[in-house]
Amino acid sequence: MEDKKLVEVQHLKEYFPVKGERPFERKYVKAVDDISFYIRKGETFGLVGESGCGKTTAGRTILRLYEPTSGKIFYDGKDITHVNMLPYRRKMQIVFQDPYASLDPRMTVGDIIGEAIDIHHLATNAKERRDRIVELLSLVGLNTEHANRYPHEFSGGQRQRVGIARALAVDPEFIVCDEPVSALDVSIQAQVVNMFEELQERLGLTYLFIAHNLSVVKHISSRIGVMYLGKMMELADSYELTFHSVHPYTRSLISAIPIADPKAARAAHRIVLKGDVPSPVDPPSGCRFRTRCPYADELCAAEEPDWREVSPGHFAACHHLDRVKDEKPVTD
Amino acid sequence: MSENLVDIHNEKLSFFTPAGEVKALNDVSLYVRPGEILGIVGESGSGKSVTAYSLMGLTAHPGRLTGGDIYFNSHHINRMTEKEMRRIRGNEVSIIFQDPMTSLNPVYTIGNQIREVILLHTKRTKKQANERACELLRLVGINEPEKRMKQYPHEFSGGMRQRVMIAIALACEPKLLIADEPTTALDVTIQAQILELMMSLKEKLDMSIIIITHDLGVVAGMCDRIAVMYAGKVVECGTTDEIFYQPSHEYTKGLLRSIPNLYEREHKKLVPIQGLPVDLLDLPEGCPFATRCPNCMKVCMKHMPEYTYLNDSHYSACWLLDKEKFMKKQRGALT
Repeated sequence: MEDKKLVEVQHLKEYFPVKGERPFERKYVKAVDDISFYIRKGETFGLVGESGCGKTTAGRTILRLYEPTSGKIFYDGKDITHVNMLPYRRKMQIVFQDPYASLDPRMTVGDIIGEAIDIHHLATNAKERRDRIVELLSLVGLNTEHANRYPHEFSGGQRQRVGIARALAVDPEFIVCDEPVSALDVSIQAQVVNMFEELQERLGLTYLFIAHNLSVVKHISSRIGVMYLGKMMELADSYELTFHSVHPYTRSLISAIPIADPKAARAAHRIVLKGDVPSPVDPPSGCRFRTRCPYADELCAAEEPDWREVSPGHFAACHHLDRVKDEKPVTD
Repeated sequence: MSENLVDIHNEKLSFFTPAGEVKALNDVSLYVRPGEILGIVGESGSGKSVTAYSLMGLTAHPGRLTGGDIYFNSHHINRMTEKEMRRIRGNEVSIIFQDPMTSLNPVYTIGNQIREVILLHTKRTKKQANERACELLRLVGINEPEKRMKQYPHEFSGGMRQRVMIAIALACEPKLLIADEPTTALDVTIQAQILELMMSLKEKLDMSIIIITHDLGVVAGMCDRIAVMYAGKVVECGTTDEIFYQPSHEYTKGLLRSIPNLYEREHKKLVPIQGLPVDLLDLPEGCPFATRCPNCMKVCMKHMPEYTYLNDSHYSACWLLDKEKFMKKQRGALT
């Protein structure tokens, strides 16, 4: 891993307009509200959070599939917030969550992968194009004859492999993996996770790995950011985050994950959060997490906590870090 | 046998589709004791939901039971008429489905939907039913039940809807609650709430629960016993500790190896199960897991292994566990 920042976002905001309660009233869903982070070249950065926390929106906004409301996006040191994205599409790709919906059912697998090659003129003749498709298929563990088949002939795991081959077709440097294994069965999940790791080693890829399953994210990522209602709550090295988390939300998230080990599960000290995630249209004042936080007080309602560095490379936004710190960590 | 609440013997069930006979269940045998939580784990298509639905007599067309017996609370389920079945369903056995978004009727109020079950199965008046419905909502942790009763499903969040589903399922204090992937559609923090609620209700109401899931984490924390299903067969069954600490079937071992552990201090590569799940239209002659099994032998391709009892509670269908029978079959397979 190099120490170079490949992707960086600064104060990124993405608001979607929605209808308000009264006529002509405009409200905004603050899907991503002022987040900043960077991804080093060759590393996997994990983004976790519950549904509606803005992790997918963040991933898509980085690729400028949504135009950011404000904030800046840098790729390889260059500001790409307002530039023509076509040259960057070759370097930045995405793998979608649902392998059933993200492949055109009327195109053969060969054409799905070949489409990217055509758009970017990466092959000079038909033979070169075919060879490249075969190479990509073998890279993701599929056979040559699969190129002539249609997506419905494949299982979920195989379709996800096709989606990955499509992303790899343009030789990208950076891939946003948006919940790539959530729709797959456990035994297939492991195959795909391993493949992501092998491809990273072979091709030197950089990933933004978005998922709600913290176990998977921790397994694959070197650093993890935890999001809640459009805000970044905590960001740290994946080991540090799992074992020495300081934010109450991260802690409760970790403790809520069912442990596949009966003895540990019985012994675990579980923090069960009360209530539901509030609506992102009217997020709570001050700290977004305060309505469900066991530590919340008047300060949390009045003021938004600062994004503080608690130890080198470990950031968190909370007023009561000192109080939380004294408590026994969940993972003891 | 009579002490078991549920007894399923050699159940076989097929879906007769235009493409051919899909053998969803092949010789499933299971039991549930009163007051225990049984977890059924397996991948999609392994038959875990079909098993539970058939227990409620809810096999969808074109599915048909082709063999075996199902007993529930001394009722012989597969011999019962639809009319008799209706008296049991929702009364003695209830179910909560995976998707709380689609299992409630959007055009009726929550109160209406809970009342329906109570009025159908008990001799309560409408007013009493209303009171009972309020009581149930309070039981599942919904505040201001009187107000919430008048609301429609879309006014509830996912976790709240699942609570309503649980309230409906528990309306008649069933002896058995079937939970079909009750938390798959929910976020982890909400999942923790629902699982905790189910555990506390089980203690309060003294019922049995069958929980169907693909998440080994969920069963580890909740269940007394676990049945692992693969291709329409229970391949291994035992207490939770036995399944997690002494797994004996290669499929169970493979499953346990393929999930990432959050608490692992070093980065270890996952060990996936190779290959793809079997095609239920075209089941192999021998063990269905044979083609993906790292220890596959000749006999596995030819003959279906019988259950080997490792102790009273733990049994598993694998040739590797039964040397004697295996030698006999192996000789047979070779000659």
